[in-house]
Amino acid sequence: MSNAELQQLARDEAFSMPIDEIDVSKPRLFQEDTIGHYFARLRRDDPVHFFENDFYGRFWSVTKYKDIMAVDTNHGVYSSDWTHGGIVLYNAPTLEQRLQMFIAMDPPKHDEQRKAVSPIVAPQNLASMESTIRSRTAKVLDELPRNEEFNWVQRVSIELTTQMLATLFDFPFEDRKLLTWWSDVATSVPEVDHLVESQEARLAELGKMLAYFTKLWNQRVNAEPRNDLISMLAHNPATRNMGPMEYMGNLALLIVGGNDTTRNSMTGGLLAMSRYPDEWAKLRANPALVDSLVPEIIRWQTPLPMMRRTALRDAELGGKKILEGDKVVMWYLSGNRDEEAIDNPEAFIIDRARPRQHLSFGFGIHRCVGNRLAELQLKILWEEILKRFPVVEVTSEPKRLLSNFVRGITDMRVRIPG
Amino acid sequence: MMRPPLPPLPPNRPSTMPKVTFFEFNGTRHDVDANNGVSLMRAAVDHNVPGIDADCGGACACATCHVYVDPDWLARTGARTEMEESMLSFAAATQENSRLSCQIEMSDALDGIVLRLPEGQH
Repeated sequence: MSNAELQQLARDEAFSMPIDEIDVSKPRLFQEDTIGHYFARLRRDDPVHFFENDFYGRFWSVTKYKDIMAVDTNHGVYSSDWTHGGIVLYNAPTLEQRLQMFIAMDPPKHDEQRKAVSPIVAPQNLASMESTIRSRTAKVLDELPRNEEFNWVQRVSIELTTQMLATLFDFPFEDRKLLTWWSDVATSVPEVDHLVESQEARLAELGKMLAYFTKLWNQRVNAEPRNDLISMLAHNPATRNMGPMEYMGNLALLIVGGNDTTRNSMTGGLLAMSRYPDEWAKLRANPALVDSLVPEIIRWQTPLPMMRRTALRDAELGGKKILEGDKVVMWYLSGNRDEEAIDNPEAFIIDRARPRQHLSFGFGIHRCVGNRLAELQLKILWEEILKRFPVVEVTSEPKRLLSNFVRGITDMRVRIPG
Repeated sequence: MMRPPLPPLPPNRPSTMPKVTFFEFNGTRHDVDANNGVSLMRAAVDHNVPGIDADCGGACACATCHVYVDPDWLARTGARTEMEESMLSFAAATQENSRLSCQIEMSDALDGIVLRLPEGQH
């Protein structure tokens, strides 16, 4: 079946099935990239939608931009805390299996731990990283083959984001592939994706990550404070006494945050530009449009399609009564396609009037710490692509990740005419 | 006793719309008009003042319209709300006179206000 046929079938199903049966948590819909049709139906007919899934349990789906904003900015009612289940749909059965990371904490602890690491992406630091990012990007692009198919994800997206992450952690460069593996493990739901055998196996892999990083911690804690994430955690009063599970959780957060996200925007951006060649032509004609191209890529891809919250008390949302303890899922991917908030939202348009108003970074106190670094990496990537390649052809449908938490592209074949 | 009616305005009288002055981080000055009731963020965005990103569009849900209010004007801008306080606490290089410009509404009392922009919004 062609992709066009698959999309048509999904659209027909999404708009004809009984609304009560719509389950947007199904990872398969993300892997097929047919999820958008189901979100479109919910936005039209049931924007705050209840469903009970056998595996994930009962949850509300919030699909409109304004309702998502209302949840994201109301952390007093909608908790991120890992003790309630955290930020993903799946409640790992034991507390030990849940990641104790600051994105999955409420104030005041969230605020204190976040502030320990946020200086790494302060404006001055970003300015000092720019030349390193540019020379690495140039090197990766210069080494790409011509007139021959290759996997853009491996050669470009993974390579560039992993190098960046190694620098942020001051992690041994030759071992940096481990960071990619741990990132994948951290977001894995073994029962769904079978990346590893079980929750226990997942925890064991993350234990290896903890052991490796504990060595780095021990080196840094006894040295003068430096400008890398481990040194910052080891020296900040808010984080220097973390227990091992909290250190592990925060490592997973920082690795995923710097890795899965930008990786998929680097791939998704090329996919978008190849599907919309007129937009690429616009950029060639006016390279200054890179500034609005970048947020448009991040909106269009929405590399993290959702974040989950737990209601701490009864609340009303979009006319529905949310009960204390309910899981509430903000589908950023759906809000980013909401025609009431964004004009012509299905289209990829690199010169939108307000390109920065998208949900991909979240809003409120948990808003992405690394947003400006991500944008800088993408900006440099596209500036360097523009200098070298008038076109990069995507030669087949990309392969996508079986996940409702990471909108990932695992394999995308491309060819650069030489 | 009733006052005589005011004479009509001269045809090319300069605008009486309240003014806001923004200084970019590099020192570039922008004097812009702002209607009473609009936010200072909106005044900057509508006049393409570089350095105000305003990612959330004025919902006090990010901190990318961060400004430093000239100390002479600070008291007149009112107090930060709890949410503004919270969002500002995650911004870079905040000072006592840091505000989110989406949370300050233009009024006659602020005519002439001077705002300086930080090195970057984040």
